[in-house]
Amino acid sequence: MRTIRVVIAKPGLDGHDRGAKVIARALRDAGMEVIYTGLRQTPEMIVAAALQEDADVIGLSILSGAHMHICPRVMELLREKGLTHVQVLVGGIIPDVDIEKLRTMGVTGIFLPGTPMQDIVNFIQTSVPARAEVI
Amino acid sequence: MKPVSTEPAAESAKARWEREVLEPTLTKSPERTGPFTTISGRPIDRLYTEDDIAALNVDSDVAAPGEFPYTRGIHPTGYRGKLWTMRQFAGFGTPEETNERYKQLLAAGGTGLSVAFDLPTLMGRDPDHPLSLGEVGKCGVSIMSLADMERLFEGITLADITTSMTINSPAPMIFAMYLVVAERQGADWKKLSGTIQNDILKEFIAQKEYIFPPRPSMKLITDIFEFCAKDVPRWNTISVSGYHIREAGSTSLQELAFTLRDGIEYVQWGIDAGLDVDDFVPRMSFFFNAHSDFFEEIAKYRAARKIWARVMRDRFGAKDERSLKLRFHTQTAGVSLTAQQPYNNVVRTALQALSAVLGGTNSLHTNSLDEALALPTAAAATLALRTQQVIAHESGVTNVVDPLGGSYFIERLTLDMEEGAYKYFDVIDRMGGMVAAIEAGFPQREIAESSYRFQQAFEKKEKIMVGVNAYVDANEPPFPILYIDDQASDQQLARLADLRKTRDNATVSRTLDVLKDVARAGENTMYPLLDCVRAYATVGEMCDALREVWGEYEEVPSI
Repeated sequence: MRTIRVVIAKPGLDGHDRGAKVIARALRDAGMEVIYTGLRQTPEMIVAAALQEDADVIGLSILSGAHMHICPRVMELLREKGLTHVQVLVGGIIPDVDIEKLRTMGVTGIFLPGTPMQDIVNFIQTSVPARAEVI
Repeated sequence: MKPVSTEPAAESAKARWEREVLEPTLTKSPERTGPFTTISGRPIDRLYTEDDIAALNVDSDVAAPGEFPYTRGIHPTGYRGKLWTMRQFAGFGTPEETNERYKQLLAAGGTGLSVAFDLPTLMGRDPDHPLSLGEVGKCGVSIMSLADMERLFEGITLADITTSMTINSPAPMIFAMYLVVAERQGADWKKLSGTIQNDILKEFIAQKEYIFPPRPSMKLITDIFEFCAKDVPRWNTISVSGYHIREAGSTSLQELAFTLRDGIEYVQWGIDAGLDVDDFVPRMSFFFNAHSDFFEEIAKYRAARKIWARVMRDRFGAKDERSLKLRFHTQTAGVSLTAQQPYNNVVRTALQALSAVLGGTNSLHTNSLDEALALPTAAAATLALRTQQVIAHESGVTNVVDPLGGSYFIERLTLDMEEGAYKYFDVIDRMGGMVAAIEAGFPQREIAESSYRFQQAFEKKEKIMVGVNAYVDANEPPFPILYIDDQASDQQLARLADLRKTRDNATVSRTLDVLKDVARAGENTMYPLLDCVRAYATVGEMCDALREVWGEYEEVPSI
């Protein structure tokens, strides 16, 4: 089985990257291949990174309230590029009223402040279908 | 030659107590497993006695309030003279909405304003830039041009209040807007007072709201030092901030050390730009976090005053007493707030605020209980202000100056904070200063390490967050929050389009060209910026003009 590949991204203008960096490191320590895009990524840049890196998962860290603009665009671009197998997870400050809307548009994991890293590791390990190494 | 004593050294009182009282007790009932460490991971002994402060010189290390090195406070009368300024940070949506919140806060007894800007404003982008998508008016108020600044302070006389503005990369542009609003209200710049955060170093280190590369960014800051020394002498030109460093995951000591070393860097750059130390240092102020470890925080504030006084006197030869006195604002720790059981946050905030008061803060923001979920509702913001008022008027702690001075524990912690900070200064000095250290990624790495260590301690439940990794409530009731929709964004976008049609665009272009020329020539940018602002150039346009000259900073992503 190949290693799970995760793109961790900070979309939008916010620079608070503590959460993104901590989760990136926790996933790496859990044996995943983690690509951290850095700050100020547009949905286009994030999806391009996922395509280029053959990612299984995109993790978006959003604290600024821009999730209802960023997530739909990421989902739309993934469909356009035929990357519907890529799981999209969002971590950050997400009001209750938006959670169902994000799930409906295809975001599979939504992790609010205080989530143990292990929960996110477990979520990815159980929800990403095993893929054989492509040679 | 001195004869070697063969007599055993006299047993200290603490050693005797440990032998006679403690040991039998430990045999019968052992202590909890701990670890007995601060939230920063510093081990804490079970008891501090006079043995622990043997190295302390009461006259020179502690001294009296209002006396060098100001460990016990900068005012001889503490809060008996004047209470701290209760300054609640606020801003969201359109300028009109925020203006209304300011009027509420002032009516509720707030004694100063503090402006929170939205991310496009903080990043020098107009709302119609692609990266502003979904961000307009969300984390703060959207200010695009002078017209918005006029709306923000409508009905508020700037000559009568002090305003703090949390703005960094575009600080000169926003400050210029404030000055022009004041000018049009008929206020005298010479009497105007307030603060701009204007601290770019901690942006590179922690919060990452930078635009230009470090060196031209430092030039903008020294431009403001020079401009204010001449034109707005009562304005606090910078608020050197540890708050964001701490929120990014640093320890208490790292917050102290990096913040003060940033302060040293600004002083050095000011001197290198030809300013006299006593002409601009008195207008520098500081901004610290009040995190959850009560005593560690109090020691941090006391050490900060002491270190600053000594460094200004000994390293820079400052003579004016005002250059030696460190004045600071404090905000309770946003990162300590939990989305779970939000009412617990009221208690956390009250304890944190009390530590800031016992540490002698000059100004304070208390967070609202709902801030791990959203921007605060008006009711939550009022409760946060009331928390300060209860401390000020009911707890009795304001009757006495530095009530913890002389505590074995507090004095030991204060000494350790001081020693630890000087060690960091040495490392950073050897790297060539803070700008060089940032370019090498040093403080960024230190903070990322501490933040990961805390996360691991939290996961292992060595560090408990009530309601999150202990005492969890599986059936929490829903909690009402402030939801910011897209109305503000739509309105600001429409206004921006309208502004670009109705203003005198020839004057805008001309003033922007002058700004670029002045920046290229290395002259003071504040004067051309004031002209850009008067012509209603937008924040995005002014920043773009300087992006053309200086380029943009891009951090190499690393985990």
